[in-house]
Amino acid sequence: MQGLDFSVVVPYWDLLVTGAWWTSVLTVSAGALSFVFGILFAVVVLYAPAVLAYPVRAFMWVFMGTPLLLQLFLIYFGLVQIGIDIPALAAGIIGLGLHFAVYNADIIRAGIVAVDTGQTEGARSIGFGKWQALRYVVIPQAIRNTAPPIGGNLIALLKESSIVSVIGIAELVHSAQLAISETFRPFEFYITAAALYYILNLVLEAALHRFERHVEVSR
Amino acid sequence: MSRVFPFFVEAALVTLELTVLALVLGLAAAALAAAAKMSRSAILRTIGTAYVSLFRGTPCLIQLFVLYFGGPQIGINLEPFAAGVIGLGLNIGAYMAESIRGAVMAVDRGQTEAARTIGFSRFQTLRKVVLPQAARLMIRPLGVNTVALLKGSALVSTISVVELTYTAQRFIGSTYKPFEIFGVAALLYMIMVYAIARIVDMLDKRFAIV
Repeated sequence: MQGLDFSVVVPYWDLLVTGAWWTSVLTVSAGALSFVFGILFAVVVLYAPAVLAYPVRAFMWVFMGTPLLLQLFLIYFGLVQIGIDIPALAAGIIGLGLHFAVYNADIIRAGIVAVDTGQTEGARSIGFGKWQALRYVVIPQAIRNTAPPIGGNLIALLKESSIVSVIGIAELVHSAQLAISETFRPFEFYITAAALYYILNLVLEAALHRFERHVEVSR
Repeated sequence: MSRVFPFFVEAALVTLELTVLALVLGLAAAALAAAAKMSRSAILRTIGTAYVSLFRGTPCLIQLFVLYFGGPQIGINLEPFAAGVIGLGLNIGAYMAESIRGAVMAVDRGQTEAARTIGFSRFQTLRKVVLPQAARLMIRPLGVNTVALLKGSALVSTISVVELTYTAQRFIGSTYKPFEIFGVAALLYMIMVYAIARIVDMLDKRFAIV
């Protein structure tokens, strides 16, 4: 048992901050992907013909029932077997993005169903097409109403992004591991990494809170 | 595939064992934390709030790493399995604390006031009036957390606990058939996830007020 000494972190501070930066990049890009695909999946499940809706529903079912870690392994190591070689960073963004897209889709689907049918009827009666009503009237309201749980998923995504370190993406955990391999000080570096995650988490929560208030005011 | 299948069933049982043990620990931690957060003592409230906030605010993976790799530096030497149970349990406990607190707060205040008016003590009110009503409201959120715990248990493969995901990784190394291997592991996870979902549905129906 050696004494704890957090000063070992100082020479590696830049490395950790770079890792935190890449964690943010991963979170924002996978978050954007999960939002866009969340809407897409929700619309497909609700309105597309069965040939399209059923495979998407099955895909959602499988992604909800299995661990993210397994999904990442499948995308990164499995697809190589059938000749699809994706770089680690892309595999990480796609894996995280699709994983959370499925959860977002579930929320947005419920949000679309909950928008009053009178809204669609109103839009149709003033001459909107079916798709226009969906695109300009129903979906914006559904997303506004489901903003808090979608924001919750983004916060979960930030934390779950730590998992992509296992496929070798140089984010925060990976930076900490690199420093530990040179210093043999896991406690100090993992605690520091945890603190950085906590700060990122607070920043994201504050940003989401502001955004939600903005949405509330514009109502 | 048929040759490796028994290993997978055994590994799935380890995953289940991890989940059940972490669930027991998590529920205990959650009950304590929820009670602390709602207590009249400012110190207890601070401790409860700090636990929930720190464990919810950082990744579960990091918590496992601090415990398993960092633990020996502060005199905590744990086997991978024990570190996995404790790490997963403390992590899910923070989430479950909020589920429990949410359910207790959702019970109408009038219930407490009425019980106090007819002479129930604070503890009696909680025990006989609030908790029985809150228990029903907890079933679903705690069930969701349990499913998350089961899926999250895959993380302990990174601290070399030989569970389902670890076993899948090992067999990919020796068979070079990632799709088949991951397919079997995914199927086993899904069976367990949907079994838990069914149990939660049953409990929810059983305790529903008709």
